[in-house]
Amino acid sequence: MGETITFWVLAVVSVTAALGLVFSRKAVYSALMLGTVMLSLAVLYAVQDAPFLAAVQIIVYTGAVMMLFLFVLMLVGVDSSDSLVETIRGQRFWAIVAGLAFAVLLGLGVGNAVLSAPKGLEAVTAKGNVPSLAELIFTRYVFAFEVTSALLITAALGAMVLAHRERTAPKPTQKDLSRARFVEYAEHGTNPAPLPGPGTYARHNAIDMPALLPDGSVSSLSVNRVLARREAAEGTLAPEIAAALEAEARAAEERAAARREELVHHASGVNGSGPNGAASNGAAPTASAAPDEESPATGPETGEEAK
Amino acid sequence: MEPAKIIEHSGGVIGVSWLLIALPLLGAAVLLLGGRKTDRFGHLLGVATAVASFVVGVLVFLQLLGFDPAERRRTVPLYDFIPGLTKMGLLVDPLSISFVLLITGVGSLIHIYSIGYMAHDPNRRRFFAYLNLFVAAMLLLVLADNYIGLYVGWEGVGLASYLLIGFWQHKPSAATAAKKAFIVNRVGDFGLAIAIFTIFTAFNTVSFAGVMESGAHPSQGTLTAIGLLLLLGACGKSAQLPLQSWLLDAMEGPTPVSALIHAATMVTAGVYLVTRSGAMFFPEGSTAAIAVTIVGVATLLAGAIIGTAKDDIKKALAGSTMSQIGYMMLAAGVGPAGYAFAIAHLITHGFFKADMFLGAGSVMHAMNDEVDMRKYGGLRKVMPITFATFLIGYLAIIGFPLLSGYFTKDGIIESAMEHNATLGWLAVLGAGITGFYMSRLVFMTFFGQKRWEADAHPHESPAVMTWPLIILSVGSIFLGGFLILGNRFMTFLAPAVGRPEHLPSFHPFSVAGLVTLALVAAGAALAWFKYGAAEVPVTAPRGSFLTTFARRDLYGDALNEALFMRPGQWLTRLAVFFDNRGIDGLVNGIAAGIGGTSGRLRRVQTGFVRSYALSIFVGAAILVGAWFVVGNL
Amino acid sequence: MTTHYLVLSALLFVIGGVGVLVRRNAIVVFMCVELMLNACNLAFVTFARQNGNLDGQIIAFFVMIVAAAEVVIGLAIIVTIFRTRRSASVDDVNLLKY
Repeated sequence: MGETITFWVLAVVSVTAALGLVFSRKAVYSALMLGTVMLSLAVLYAVQDAPFLAAVQIIVYTGAVMMLFLFVLMLVGVDSSDSLVETIRGQRFWAIVAGLAFAVLLGLGVGNAVLSAPKGLEAVTAKGNVPSLAELIFTRYVFAFEVTSALLITAALGAMVLAHRERTAPKPTQKDLSRARFVEYAEHGTNPAPLPGPGTYARHNAIDMPALLPDGSVSSLSVNRVLARREAAEGTLAPEIAAALEAEARAAEERAAARREELVHHASGVNGSGPNGAASNGAAPTASAAPDEESPATGPETGEEAK
Repeated sequence: MEPAKIIEHSGGVIGVSWLLIALPLLGAAVLLLGGRKTDRFGHLLGVATAVASFVVGVLVFLQLLGFDPAERRRTVPLYDFIPGLTKMGLLVDPLSISFVLLITGVGSLIHIYSIGYMAHDPNRRRFFAYLNLFVAAMLLLVLADNYIGLYVGWEGVGLASYLLIGFWQHKPSAATAAKKAFIVNRVGDFGLAIAIFTIFTAFNTVSFAGVMESGAHPSQGTLTAIGLLLLLGACGKSAQLPLQSWLLDAMEGPTPVSALIHAATMVTAGVYLVTRSGAMFFPEGSTAAIAVTIVGVATLLAGAIIGTAKDDIKKALAGSTMSQIGYMMLAAGVGPAGYAFAIAHLITHGFFKADMFLGAGSVMHAMNDEVDMRKYGGLRKVMPITFATFLIGYLAIIGFPLLSGYFTKDGIIESAMEHNATLGWLAVLGAGITGFYMSRLVFMTFFGQKRWEADAHPHESPAVMTWPLIILSVGSIFLGGFLILGNRFMTFLAPAVGRPEHLPSFHPFSVAGLVTLALVAAGAALAWFKYGAAEVPVTAPRGSFLTTFARRDLYGDALNEALFMRPGQWLTRLAVFFDNRGIDGLVNGIAAGIGGTSGRLRRVQTGFVRSYALSIFVGAAILVGAWFVVGNL
Repeated sequence: MTTHYLVLSALLFVIGGVGVLVRRNAIVVFMCVELMLNACNLAFVTFARQNGNLDGQIIAFFVMIVAAAEVVIGLAIIVTIFRTRRSASVDDVNLLKY
């Protein structure tokens, strides 16, 4: 009776969790759902006289494998949620049809089978579950067991090889990095110094408190863009931060405009001979058109930065 | 008397008689492989090897004369050809040495003549290489002591003939003529090849000695079959009916080639083959021998009739060659009584016909390579030496008393008459026609009015060309009498081919001989009235049906085209049609079907791994379903 | 009781299979594969008790080992692909086609 109750409770939980795994938009939720299913199954193993497997299920699956999944999710990007719109025509329809058909077939098969009462494992686990399993593993299945060790080592090596990235250029030294920083500064005006720490006069959790410049205004460099974006969406962004970001966007816009003008000027300087020469020379108009093509690309980028 | 036994020989000049073949072969190899580097001395080397071969031939001849007549058949083993079955060797006997002397002697003269004739040809070196190749192959043909060696030489001369007819291959007519000669010869060679296979099956050997002394006695049918197949081969090579059509076209080759290959030597190979195999496969009175005589008579008449109508000097001579070889075949078919006359006529013909061909070449040389006799006329004063030598050749061929042709042709007619009167009288008729057409040729060329083209400035040829003519004409005068009188040649040849029990005696005033002379004189007179005394029109008149008949080579080409060429072309077109529509259609249809289906099936490979997974999943479902169905059956 | 376990196992298996077919995020697809493997394990364990034979449990054990190895390699591949294409969608990896 106890087993029946356990089964029904866990069956409902695991099927619900499995459905959740398939239908949740966020991969992290899916991972949690999978964990739920695994834990439920671990309990069902334990109920079915397989305590060793239940332990392994929890340790290996829920412990190791699930953690691996979560690590990779973090690596790939945890906050992106998948679109559930199907792109392959007919894929979802046929998947569901095939799934239902498969389920009905399996159900029919299981239902049709005439089963006696379970024999139970008491006879074969007289010494206890784990010793009996151990005896089998190290006698009849010893070769398979040894082969699995080879498999695991191979898998470990494979993962290392796959994930390893060969360095193709020499590692930049501190000198190189410093030089690059100043080249960047000279060409684009990027701040060469470390970003200012968050709020000097922080009274709250420092990450959302911007640093202040000597004149008391907000240094846009210290603003956390992710938080700023979220707060802007929620309408809780502090006005002085918004002003700082706006000023920065305006400055970027001006810089871009200046650069555009310089390029146009440079191009006409190359043409030199004037409009007549440009008209007679077929190649010349493309040269002067190039900066115009480039400028719309830089525009939206800076606009997005402002948001 | 039966032919003598063949005995093995070593030592002396005969022991190195392979030099006969090796020398010109070496010359050909050097000239062909040496390329342009040998251009400067190519003609000299070609002449040197031919002359050297002639010298060796004379030495061999002298040594052979030193033996007792019954021991004059010598075979010189060279190597095991088919180990245990056949050895390759050279057979030196009176028959083959006669040919050797003719080939190398006349061949050398023609080589020398060619120096002058081909002087302005940029490919003279190649020409001499081919001539040397021809001489080597021809010598192998007559010297081989077995049929396979003979066959190799046979094909070798065919190749050389092909190369030389098509020597000026930039002319489409020459290229076509070369191909025609090759293809028609193929028919004959096919017969010869099958004959050799049959001989090997019947006798288990292919050597002449082996066949002669073999204990095997094949059935009469087999022997007749071999004889007829050999005759087919002989017909192809010797331009006898029904394989005569190639010889007239072969005149597209340079004139020395026509003289050497298509008059003096190669075309007589058929006579050699019949004579060589005579004792075995053409015994007197056998079906095969009768077939030989019929072919000979038919060809001698056909060739003579063709000769009467041709305006091309070389083609008229080619018709004459066909006709004369017809005489030889006739004599060869008569049996031992005729062999000596056949070979003697062959040799004298080799001289006077080469003489006339070279004379014709000399005329053409002088007339800017013009071959139409209607544009000659009155050349005797401009080219005295050519005229004199040509006249001797002419008199020899029509059988003017005491010249070569008189003795040999008369001998053939006599022996044919003795054999079968009808054949004999037909041969006499042929001699009369010969008198007509040869006179026509001479009168049109050397007598009458000048009908030259405006730019023709005829002149006598250089000494290098006239001296061979003089030597050949000397041979044309005396050789026949020397060979025939006192049965000298018949006695010499007897060990090789046998001879009749009663030696024929020479009757200067037999009935047949007198009738022949009378007919020849009548023919010559007719020719004089029509072409010597009368004005010869520059453009050929239309002529009667008979003239057209002769001009069209007795419709031989038309017959070949109607019987073989057009049906062959229809068959080819049918096969091509069937291949294009039937087989190609089927193959291409299957390919297109598979291609189209694959093109559509290809679209299944979308690159989306989920599509593949779906198909796997559906497959697994179907598998489970099928398992239930099968399990519940 | 055995039938119930087996039906549950079949249900989980099919849900996992459909998940593999409809989800595009490679990691979620992987999770669905794991779900299918777990469903199989449940069937094995159930049959072990039904037949009074420990072999089923042993097989389930080996399946876990293999699954662990597979996850390691599979995730490494996903990371590699993500590194070059900045995408974890299985539909973006579709260059090998007609």
